Amino acid sequence: MSDDMKISKSDNVQIFAKNGVLQVVFCADVENTSYDIFEKDFLNTLNDNIKTIKIEAKNLKNWDSSLLLMVFKAIEYAKKNNIKYDISSLPDNLQNLSDLAFAVDRKPTKNTKTRLPFLDNVGFKTILLCRTISGVLTYIRNVLSSLGRLISLKSVMRKVDFLAALEECGPKAIAIVALISFLVGLILAFVGAVQLQTFGAQIYVASLVTIGMCRIMGAIMVGIIIAGRTGSAYAATIGTMQVNEELDALQTMGISKFDFLVLPRFLALIISMPILTMLADIMGMIGGAFVGVVLLNLPAQEYWKFAFNAFTLKNFLVGIFHGFCFGIIISLCGCYSGLNCGRNADSVGISTTKSVVSAIVWMIVATGIITVICQELGI
Amino acid sequence: MSKQAMIEAKNLTIGYGDFDLLKNTNYVVNESDIFIIMGSSGCGKSSMLRVLTGLLPPKEGKVIIDGVDMQNAPTKQIQKIREKSGILYQSGALFSSMTLAENIALPLEQYSDYSPATIKELASLKLALVGLKGFDNFYPSEISGGMKKRAGLARALALDPKILYFDEPSAGLDPISSRNLDDLIIEINQSLGTTIVVVTHELASIFAIGNNSIFLNGATKSITARGDPKELLKNPPNQEVYEFLTRGEKNATK
Ligand SMILES: Nc1ncnc2c1ncn2[C@@H]1O[C@H](COP(=O)(O)OP(=O)(O)OP(=O)(O)O)[C@@H](O)[C@H]1O
Ligand SMILES: [Mg+2]
Repeated sequence: MSDDMKISKSDNVQIFAKNGVLQVVFCADVENTSYDIFEKDFLNTLNDNIKTIKIEAKNLKNWDSSLLLMVFKAIEYAKKNNIKYDISSLPDNLQNLSDLAFAVDRKPTKNTKTRLPFLDNVGFKTILLCRTISGVLTYIRNVLSSLGRLISLKSVMRKVDFLAALEECGPKAIAIVALISFLVGLILAFVGAVQLQTFGAQIYVASLVTIGMCRIMGAIMVGIIIAGRTGSAYAATIGTMQVNEELDALQTMGISKFDFLVLPRFLALIISMPILTMLADIMGMIGGAFVGVVLLNLPAQEYWKFAFNAFTLKNFLVGIFHGFCFGIIISLCGCYSGLNCGRNADSVGISTTKSVVSAIVWMIVATGIITVICQELGI
Repeated sequence: MSKQAMIEAKNLTIGYGDFDLLKNTNYVVNESDIFIIMGSSGCGKSSMLRVLTGLLPPKEGKVIIDGVDMQNAPTKQIQKIREKSGILYQSGALFSSMTLAENIALPLEQYSDYSPATIKELASLKLALVGLKGFDNFYPSEISGGMKKRAGLARALALDPKILYFDEPSAGLDPISSRNLDDLIIEINQSLGTTIVVVTHELASIFAIGNNSIFLNGATKSITARGDPKELLKNPPNQEVYEFLTRGEKNATK
């Protein structure tokens, strides 16, 4: 054999270069061959004199896609560099497959993301922010007009949907809300008792728990539970409907998704949240009493007397009002995330997360605002 | 040349809960066949495919694929068979958070010893084979339904399967795309010798690609006809099959 000949490392794939012809020969079994090694050998063997690439098979028995890949890449190289190639001695099915691989019926076109310069980027982000804000405002306006339609009896909201939503966030949430608020009352009492004990004022645990639960803690605990339990479910359900093109179907049927999807959920939450808040208040007080009476050995009668003295209608109503506001926030955040969900499975997860996070953030903001207003009004 | 049996269904009874869809069915799919499962809507074609692919355990009987009893063999052997079967679901079932190339690379990364570079090249090759050359970095949401199906096929082809299953490959495709997909199926069958099982009620497809078939009847819960669809059309064994294959002609010749 001549001196400019080269044999590849693997015996079943051989590469020769001779008289301007580069020859690739596959023999016996060509399976699980690593493409990297072939590519290196192939490129090393190539030189400027090569005018033809010949791909042949000798006693070829078993082969898999890795062989096809080598054929494909060799032809691709030949085409790109205007070198002649010859695959006529390959088995028919291999020839057919390589023809198939080169039969392009449509060219991919895709908008490529380009990095914007700093100022452009700032502008772009600002426009995006404005769009989001106007999107949220439009959303709220749509919900309000949907409410208006409900009042003027023109809404297409189905009663069953409303009742199902109400059941989901009402009766079915009672157990978890009761348990958590009982435990929170318990914890509040414990933490308070440790401090108050140093002054010998354990009995004031009763006042602490009552005021704490009724004024704010009850509502916040219910808010967090419902945001995680119900708000996220809203986002996931509506988001999945987006993925399944159900929202598109609603739109083409001319049915308002606000009447049909948002309104029943919205109403269900603003009704159930205040009631759940009341439940949480009561359960929290019972949790506190449990600590006070059973663990701190305070007389039960005394405990409840202090608890009732601390209880004021004002605090109680402020707590309920919190619950009402949280209901609005959770349902709006959940439905908004769902309606603005993307069109694949991933985006449902993202919108669910968003609904919970945004609901909790806005609940805290709302608490701050309500507290300041109450302060100003002297409530 | 007598072909070897690739899939054997023995006394297969399938159903959900107490409800039987098909009772005591027996059939054989030979190597390199394109085998059509047909029948009216709801007669259990998709369920049959789920049994063959192992997604649904049969109520009775067994499926033997390439000599391996899919119900009783050791898990390792069953896994080997699964690696050698590719499935194209009705909607493509591509993972939406991955690009097409990543979708195809996934089974390769799991089950082969190829280097990452080779896997990448193999993925583009498979895409090129189904006519999606250069679409490597596209996400499923960025391509059309027909293209998704092709990409799904590319993924099914990733591990050089011996058996390919299709559930209604032409559903939702325009006549030309569906014809092209048929051609692709034939091409793959002939070039790679892959055994192909297709659930479909697209008549054009049935005659174009099938060389063996079974006809399921939901009412009698059994196979009421079998054989080459073209032969079945010539000599329909019963009125129902005749009507099915002629799109509802009423007067059977025999
Ligand atoms: N997971 C399931 N649980 C209970 N019953 C099911 C389940 N999946 C399907 N069925 C029932 O089994 C029957 C057959 O369903 P299958 O999807 O196999 O029909 P098919 O022949 O594929 O119909 P089509 O041509 O419409 O796709 C149907 O009556 C269906 O209601
Ligand atoms: Mg089906």
